[in-house]
Amino acid sequence: MSHHTPSESTSRQAASGVSRRGFLQTSAVASGGLMVGVNLAGLSAEALAAGTLHTPNAWVHISDDNTITLLSARSEMGQGVYTSMPMLIAEELNVDIRQIKVAIAPPNTKLYGNALLGGPQLTGGSSSVRDGWEKLRTAGAQVREMLLTAAADQWKVDRASLKAENGVVTGPNGKRATYGQLAAAASKLPVPEKVALKDPSAFRIVGKRTKRLDTPAKTNGTAEFGIDVTLPGMVYASLEQCPVIGGTVKSFDASKAKTMPGVIDVVQIPDGVAVVADTYWHAKKAREALSVTWDEGAGATLNDKAMLEGIRAGSPTDKVLPLKAVGDADAVIKAASTSGAKVVKAEYVMPLLSHSPLEPMNFTAHYHDGKVDLIGPTQWQDNAQGTVAKLLGVKPEDVSVKTTFLGGGFGRRIDIDFIIQAAQISKAVNKPVKLLWTREDDMTHDFYRPQSVHQMAAALGDDGKPTAMTFRMVSQSVTGRVFGLPLEAQDPLMTEAAIAGYEIPATKHDIVKHEAGMRVGYWRSVSHALNAFANEGFIDECAVAAGKDPYMYRMSLLTKQPRFANVLKMAAEKSGWGTPAPAGRFRGIALMEGYDTYMAQVAEISVKDGVPVVHKVTTVADLGRMVNPDTVEAQIQSSIIFGLTAALYGEINIDKGRVQQTNFNSYRMLRMNEAPAIDITLVQSNEKPGGIGEPATALIGPAVANALFAATGKRVRRMPFTAENIKTA
Amino acid sequence: MTTRFTVNGKTVDVKAEPDTPLLWVIRDEVGLTGTKFGCGAALCGACTVHLDGSPIRSCITPVSAVAGKKVATIESLPHNNTHPLQKAWIAHDVPQCGYCQSGQLMSAAALLRSNKNPSDADIDAAMSGNICRCGTYGRIKAAIKTAAAEMRKA
Repeated sequence: MSHHTPSESTSRQAASGVSRRGFLQTSAVASGGLMVGVNLAGLSAEALAAGTLHTPNAWVHISDDNTITLLSARSEMGQGVYTSMPMLIAEELNVDIRQIKVAIAPPNTKLYGNALLGGPQLTGGSSSVRDGWEKLRTAGAQVREMLLTAAADQWKVDRASLKAENGVVTGPNGKRATYGQLAAAASKLPVPEKVALKDPSAFRIVGKRTKRLDTPAKTNGTAEFGIDVTLPGMVYASLEQCPVIGGTVKSFDASKAKTMPGVIDVVQIPDGVAVVADTYWHAKKAREALSVTWDEGAGATLNDKAMLEGIRAGSPTDKVLPLKAVGDADAVIKAASTSGAKVVKAEYVMPLLSHSPLEPMNFTAHYHDGKVDLIGPTQWQDNAQGTVAKLLGVKPEDVSVKTTFLGGGFGRRIDIDFIIQAAQISKAVNKPVKLLWTREDDMTHDFYRPQSVHQMAAALGDDGKPTAMTFRMVSQSVTGRVFGLPLEAQDPLMTEAAIAGYEIPATKHDIVKHEAGMRVGYWRSVSHALNAFANEGFIDECAVAAGKDPYMYRMSLLTKQPRFANVLKMAAEKSGWGTPAPAGRFRGIALMEGYDTYMAQVAEISVKDGVPVVHKVTTVADLGRMVNPDTVEAQIQSSIIFGLTAALYGEINIDKGRVQQTNFNSYRMLRMNEAPAIDITLVQSNEKPGGIGEPATALIGPAVANALFAATGKRVRRMPFTAENIKTA
Repeated sequence: MTTRFTVNGKTVDVKAEPDTPLLWVIRDEVGLTGTKFGCGAALCGACTVHLDGSPIRSCITPVSAVAGKKVATIESLPHNNTHPLQKAWIAHDVPQCGYCQSGQLMSAAALLRSNKNPSDADIDAAMSGNICRCGTYGRIKAAIKTAAAEMRKA
């Protein structure tokens, strides 16, 4: 993803280390930052209490008693960054990953920005390892070198005679000092511009299965999520928002609510009316007694079926943004139609989806003395800081952001609406406030994955292989809303996995952005899920039209694509492709590259009561070098369940601007009894690291759809795979 | 107007109105925040606690219903993670975001109290009320089997 933010040029320069000196000289800022950083199970507080804290650079803090704290600048939302980020630093610093503390970095775009995403301090895009791969190892190596230099200076010995191992520097004649004993001196040294990084063959931490550092806190109830934050004197808020997203308060009557037990105040903010009370339950009960008249605004007419028709109609009328063209695919397909050669055409449709992380949106804010303290779960720290500062009229440096554990993110917590609301309510009542949404608030006020329509066409030659293919995707841009990308500009978050690996002589890929009027957001795997469903369903259709086996057909189009071909072949072998499936079972296959990760999946299903039952999913992934293979597997498992939930059940409907699904009874989640067995094979590879938090999400849908075709002969081109959508396919 | 019951063996007198869901009493008044809020409608299981040894959804249980009874929360499991389920959860690195895991562990603990050798179907039946949005189901199932095996040996 390479979209631009307003401050991109400066932040990218800093974050990519072009100005390494400037990057490190500002590291002093971070020592204060650590003190406000929310810690992992109280660890940074311990580290601070343990002794003087030195800051050899922005990522490593060492106290006199040798307590070593490594920072994660990425939010822990389940993907394991509180382990994988420190692993990268610890590898070069030569410390035991079990002996270090982890803390989350405060907002600081220059220090902690995500170069891979164009600069913002944002957790998303399966980018944490890819962004940190060199940066964090370099940070660890720099501190190691500074410690060695400090020891050499102190002992007046040749630096080359020293070793930094396991938190201790040793030298000739039994010289020995802990990193903690050297930290004060080391932190005064200039940061080395160039440091040698280990050859990967020498890695002792990176690439090894490593137990997550945050698991113990998540098995005894002590892990602190946003919902668990308390501040002295804190009050609770429940916010009534317009049932139509974007609507505003016309008037409200709080007279009854104000008489309810525990109510402290009722305040209007731009997004609605907040009841503030001494407990959450009092706030929620009193909120039910509010009477609000809304100006529902432009969203009041939205209806998902009409929106979909608009998107479909948009294809021939809206501006077409060419993505890639090879040869004259349209002409080849037209000629094939006239000559009677095989032509395949299909339309694929995706519904609106909600993120629905299990922890409903919440944040704690304290406005006081022209400053704002923000504590809670967010994927985008510097945006929270900057936006709240602007809206509340304070300086950005007077807004602190402490990130707790996130009870799921999936892209929802890239948006900061609930953070702004908490800050505004706190300012209005002049008290620390915890704002907590209900599940119904969360589901009806999401930033939804946009609907999409894909129009696909191909001509097949005498050998059955495509001679030409056209791909058009019509959908609503998220990046326009989030980053201000102009409507006429190509949105790189709509084009992911649009161009598949198959060798086709003439191709045309284009995108049509259609403003459907919905409030849309980034949803795990973003456009990969939309594009892979169309591409992998369609290539299956071409195989069927050509009378070929779907696996062999794909292989025949991957003669110069070794990484694609390898994962596909391995997935076929592991899944038993080509051998008879157990009675009543059927297989479907799918292939994709996303986030620099190559992946193939085979779904094995049966059909019961007109819907698929998924028994087994075989996945092969080649994501280059890995940091923590166990986390890699966990993310694949997670992504498959997440993607399968959407493929089988996921659909948000809108009527008169109101989201119709309100809780998990109407927006169904996959449960344990519906979870397939998942078999994962990871390709050992020396390629640069790929992202793994998302790609498997995008593949499971097409794999199941292709298995459904094998089982029923019905080509399901529309998610979710309900009995109705299958019947009408 | 207080309600008396025990939480993790300790007697508490809470002043919340009788219709207040036990979840919010435990979290905001008793101050034990390991039990989570996910849906408010007994659909997700994040709020699972034990009432006199049986798993219940505290988000829809009025505090009046637990008067004189014994409530156990995730904090009733050892803080040092020595319960066989906690050890198994760590061995299998079950949690991802971790938000649902208190509820998962309490549902699993109730299962293993009555059945030390659960089949896949037994586990599915006991655990399918607990949603994990991160999809840790496979690891939860494996961890329950590991814990059950340890408990059978004990």
